Amino acid sequence: MQAKTRSVTGPLVEALGQRASDVLSLVGGLGVLLGDIARRIAGRDFDRNELFRNLHRMGIKSLPIVTVTALFTGGIMVIQAAPIVQRYGAYGLLGWGAGFGTLREIAPLLTALMINGRVGANNTAELGTMAVTEQIDALRALAIDPVAFLVAPRFIAIVVTLFLSTIFSDALALFGAAYAGAGFLGVEPGVFYRGLTTGLLGFGDVAHGLAKSIVFGVVIGLSSCHFGLSTTGGAPGVGRSVNATVVASAAGIFVLDYLLSFALA
Amino acid sequence: MTDDAREPSGLALNQARSRITAALGRVFLDGVVAIRDLYRVFVLTLYYSIRGEPNRRALLREMYEIGNRSLIFLCIVMGFIGMILVYQGGLQTQRVVPDLSLLGATFLQLLVRDLAASICALMLATRVGAGIAAEIGSMVVTEQVDALRMCATDPIDYLIRPRFLASLTVFGALVVIAAGVAFLAGMWTGYAFFGINPRTFANVSMVTVGDLTIGLTKCVAYGAAIPVISGYCGLTAFGGSEGVGAATTRAVVSSSLAVIMLNFVISGVGYFVFG
Repeated sequence: MQAKTRSVTGPLVEALGQRASDVLSLVGGLGVLLGDIARRIAGRDFDRNELFRNLHRMGIKSLPIVTVTALFTGGIMVIQAAPIVQRYGAYGLLGWGAGFGTLREIAPLLTALMINGRVGANNTAELGTMAVTEQIDALRALAIDPVAFLVAPRFIAIVVTLFLSTIFSDALALFGAAYAGAGFLGVEPGVFYRGLTTGLLGFGDVAHGLAKSIVFGVVIGLSSCHFGLSTTGGAPGVGRSVNATVVASAAGIFVLDYLLSFALA
Repeated sequence: MTDDAREPSGLALNQARSRITAALGRVFLDGVVAIRDLYRVFVLTLYYSIRGEPNRRALLREMYEIGNRSLIFLCIVMGFIGMILVYQGGLQTQRVVPDLSLLGATFLQLLVRDLAASICALMLATRVGAGIAAEIGSMVVTEQVDALRMCATDPIDYLIRPRFLASLTVFGALVVIAAGVAFLAGMWTGYAFFGINPRTFANVSMVTVGDLTIGLTKCVAYGAAIPVISGYCGLTAFGGSEGVGAATTRAVVSSSLAVIMLNFVISGVGYFVFG
């Protein structure tokens, strides 16, 4: 009797416990890594050249994707707003509606998702490859601190990249929205821009989105470095870690977006 | 040396020009080749889906992998999206009109028309797309795909077809469930923060047949695009673990971009057809 009960509930409890301990060890690992990085940044103990190299690789090389995403996103925002605007005949409010949605939510969120896919995944793949080919152990053997040399510059580069890309894509998305409005609804771009600047939107809305982008950058930077460094098991292992990173960052981005929307309100 | 740099001769200028032209041409040619190969993979996948022998076990395994294992992730993300959108939308609407009774109806229309399918697709492009590319890519670099070819099996038939069919069938179901979760989360937010009665919130009067058609078209388009693009990225992986990482990155970026562009095209066409 007892053996039977155990056979039914045992695996379930075991799986739950396993899951809980996995989550806890992930959170703990991220916390320890954040502490390590913060100590290096506070002590200005990180590799400058590596930082600039990564800023170029992550920031400037991502510009085409950010541009395309932002322009299309602006267009989509206007197409989605179009039926509502037409129903109320509120053409003057189109700029406000599209602008508020873009600046506060959509531009930071979609930029973060694209940077997560391009930069975060790439970063994990690179660090993961170094981990499975024992290059990180080689660095340690040469008395070079991998956090100061590899991780801290990448972390800073990701946060800076995402922040600047968000500013860039805010502007481009509004530009795309203005011309989509002209194409789909016949609203002059001038009317659209006036709707943006008549006072319903302020610097607070822009700052709201930019504050979010910094937090998203921290999430992407931390999780991509953590999963990269803890990669094991050859080429399939690298694929698995990249997959785990993009999923963890995307979930983290949405959950923090929710919490930040309240915290910043 | 420095004199040359200060006064570029005609020859140097010509060289610089031809280098720029060559770089532009390479980008263009690479793009054309990639699109041609992608098209070939897509057509072959369709061909094998119709003519190939059904492999029920692989199909079920992929449906479980793509569908069941993405469900919790999607529900979490869409639940939060529902809460964020209703909260932000409610706050902004209050600035202009005090009446929030149509918030739920507008939210539901937006969800059916666009957000449910598109945000699910972006999430699946990261989760499923990265998974497919990582799996197929590591098979490529460990020469398992070459072994398949040695056994006279086309990797598109054996690897991409079950993923394509599974994603096509499962995607619609995932979107419907996730949209339900998002709507319930939004309803709770509307009740808790703005005091909107859930009965007022659950108002389907604004959802038309056109909205439903646009939403379902998007489901089919995204469900077909993600596995084909990621499978193609996986098959073109080369060069050890670094190559697998690069293929995975490419899969996530290209499928996300494809989702955004398809969204723009389908929304635009839908707007002109249904208004």
